[in-house]
Amino acid sequence: MKQASANNKLIIKLVVSVALMFGFGFALVPLYDVFCRITGINGKVDLTPATYAESSQSDRSLKIQFIAVNNESMPWQFKPNAYSMKVQLGKTYQTSYQASNMTSEYMVAQAVPSVSPSEAAQYLQKVDCFCFNRQPLKAGEVKEMGLAFNIDPQMPEYIKTITLSYTLFDITAEDSKPIASTNL
Amino acid sequence: MSATEQTVSADMQHGEVNTQDTEHHHGPAKGFSRWLFTTNHKDIGSMYLWFSLAMFMTGGCMALLIRMELFQPGLQMMQPDFFNQMTTMHGLIMVFGAVMPAFVGLANWMIPMMIGAPDMALPRLNNWSFWILPFAFSMMLFTLFMEGGAPNFGWTFYAPLSTTYAPPSVTFFIFAVHMMGISSIMGAINVIVTILNMRPKGMVMMKLPLFVWTWLITAFLLILVMPVLAGVVTMMLMDIHFGTSFFSAAGGGDPVLFQHVFWFFGHPEVYIMILPAFGVVSEIIPTFSRKKLFGYSSMVYATSSIAFLSFIVWAHHMFTVGMPLAGELFFMFATMLIAVPTGVKVFNWVATMFRGSMTFETPMLFAIAFVVLFSIGGFSGLMLAIAPVDFQYHDTYFVVAHFHYVLVPGSVFSIMAAAYYWLPKWTGNYYNEKMGKLHFWLSFIGINITFFPMHFVGLAGMPRRIPDYALQFADFNAVSSVGAFIFGFSQLLFIYNIVSCIRTKNQATPEVWEGAKGLEWTVPSPAPYHTFTTPPKVD
Repeated sequence: MKQASANNKLIIKLVVSVALMFGFGFALVPLYDVFCRITGINGKVDLTPATYAESSQSDRSLKIQFIAVNNESMPWQFKPNAYSMKVQLGKTYQTSYQASNMTSEYMVAQAVPSVSPSEAAQYLQKVDCFCFNRQPLKAGEVKEMGLAFNIDPQMPEYIKTITLSYTLFDITAEDSKPIASTNL
Repeated sequence: MSATEQTVSADMQHGEVNTQDTEHHHGPAKGFSRWLFTTNHKDIGSMYLWFSLAMFMTGGCMALLIRMELFQPGLQMMQPDFFNQMTTMHGLIMVFGAVMPAFVGLANWMIPMMIGAPDMALPRLNNWSFWILPFAFSMMLFTLFMEGGAPNFGWTFYAPLSTTYAPPSVTFFIFAVHMMGISSIMGAINVIVTILNMRPKGMVMMKLPLFVWTWLITAFLLILVMPVLAGVVTMMLMDIHFGTSFFSAAGGGDPVLFQHVFWFFGHPEVYIMILPAFGVVSEIIPTFSRKKLFGYSSMVYATSSIAFLSFIVWAHHMFTVGMPLAGELFFMFATMLIAVPTGVKVFNWVATMFRGSMTFETPMLFAIAFVVLFSIGGFSGLMLAIAPVDFQYHDTYFVVAHFHYVLVPGSVFSIMAAAYYWLPKWTGNYYNEKMGKLHFWLSFIGINITFFPMHFVGLAGMPRRIPDYALQFADFNAVSSVGAFIFGFSQLLFIYNIVSCIRTKNQATPEVWEGAKGLEWTVPSPAPYHTFTTPPKVD
């Protein structure tokens, strides 16, 4: 009898640990996002607009490059209007991308940004970005998609060039559903 | 021919006599239902071991198909998609079907007998843990015959290869992984409860045989990481069928997240496959050196440290995903730290052999080969741990050489050593020593011919998981393929030796080996159906 109750206690503890570890696996998902946001690694960019603040400008300037990528079967034409810019830290700049829906169907796209080197991600503040919203385009429609950003003067000295890349995903099928990261 | 048949039938009659003999004190039931409903740890242990052997041969055949294709550059045997299915299934079957069940089988057979318990603590659960496995692996193997073929995304099933681009059979793969995970978790719970609650008086923790200690730590690793594996395949299932975006960047997820969650499971998993092997070797080397194990408590602490460290090194599998420098440095140094407790173990084994009166029976040969070849695998592991050079080695045959050196002459050799070491206790007969030694030398030579050249082609840049390769790698690949066939076919000797050990009468003594110490050697050979129904006295 004593053996049985000792066994039961231990079994309950072990089963609870199993359940907790299953939960922990899922908890890794938000933990990963939070970790990436705090440390700015993995090039994950904040998808919420930065408050417009023309913070202390500095004399430093660096080069920012713009890249456009189409994900797998995405048929749109997608390109930056300026391939690179020389920018002063702390000052707000505007540029734009051009997207044209070459198909004969109505489609919805979502652009996902990524910054390289990844350490620079947290210093690139987007005041306004087309990646904040999904982009619906009618058949044959062409659209200029705006982007306003500034670079935090805290940006580490050794970073001279940063690359901002947008990947365009076809989300026509999932258009009715919310985007996970904008919910956070 | 007729003579052999006669001996076989004579043996079978003899076997029946034995069964009737033990029927007196509640022996095994007859027929297939004995195996289906058994709750006896020895029956279940045997079933695990047979199952593992069957899976080892299945996965081995896949490996030989891979080596056939790679014998020459160009595509001769199969299309790349089928080649990818073979590498994937080979990995999955060997990891989850061969190595893990073999150790669970050894645990079932030996842990109760080594600690002096009558059976496992949870016998019905034990039956269930085993019988889930054949169903899980049937499901996995049947994907080979499904439309779109079997999983072809590598055993690490990285998203999006395993989600967006996966063949439709991926759902069956996911459920198979769920089932084998449940089986492992139940097995681990059983091992922990048995070891912690079923010890007789006097069997304190620091007197446990090392095989028991290493299994206890392995069981805790299983409890902690198998649920994470279940979680990651569940996320895949949801991404594929329920429109979530855990690993899809289009919906705000991240494919790199998959690698983090997978390797959080994956790195402790590789220790799950090696810690019981450490235990086996720590049992065998003292027996054939006729000395006590050197540094028992340091072995226990080293095993625990390895288990702890396994949780903080996972990202060394993904140095090339674009981690910040601080991350690379942390995971690099943490990984190198593992060499310290592992070194303690290797030195302890060598010190145990030092000035011992050693003999070299088959189990000892396998154990010594384990120490030497596992260390080679450990050294190439240290090279891979260096983040800057890993950028060159990543996804090349150097990695293949590394993990095959730690898994084949590591885990698999230790399982074979254990099989030879305890076979006389299980069957009551000595195996054929000459054939055992021949099996060892063929395996030892075959394995080195197979895997050593992979270091060279890997350093020269040959990528893994590709059915074709550049001409300059042709010679080494041909050599590897020849070695693989030597190793593969020499396993037939192993099977023949096991079967003849069961069937041929060559009575073993209870001690079996001259220098053997431990409770399992105090019971008769073969071990009776029920052992230690009254707790033994332990001093």
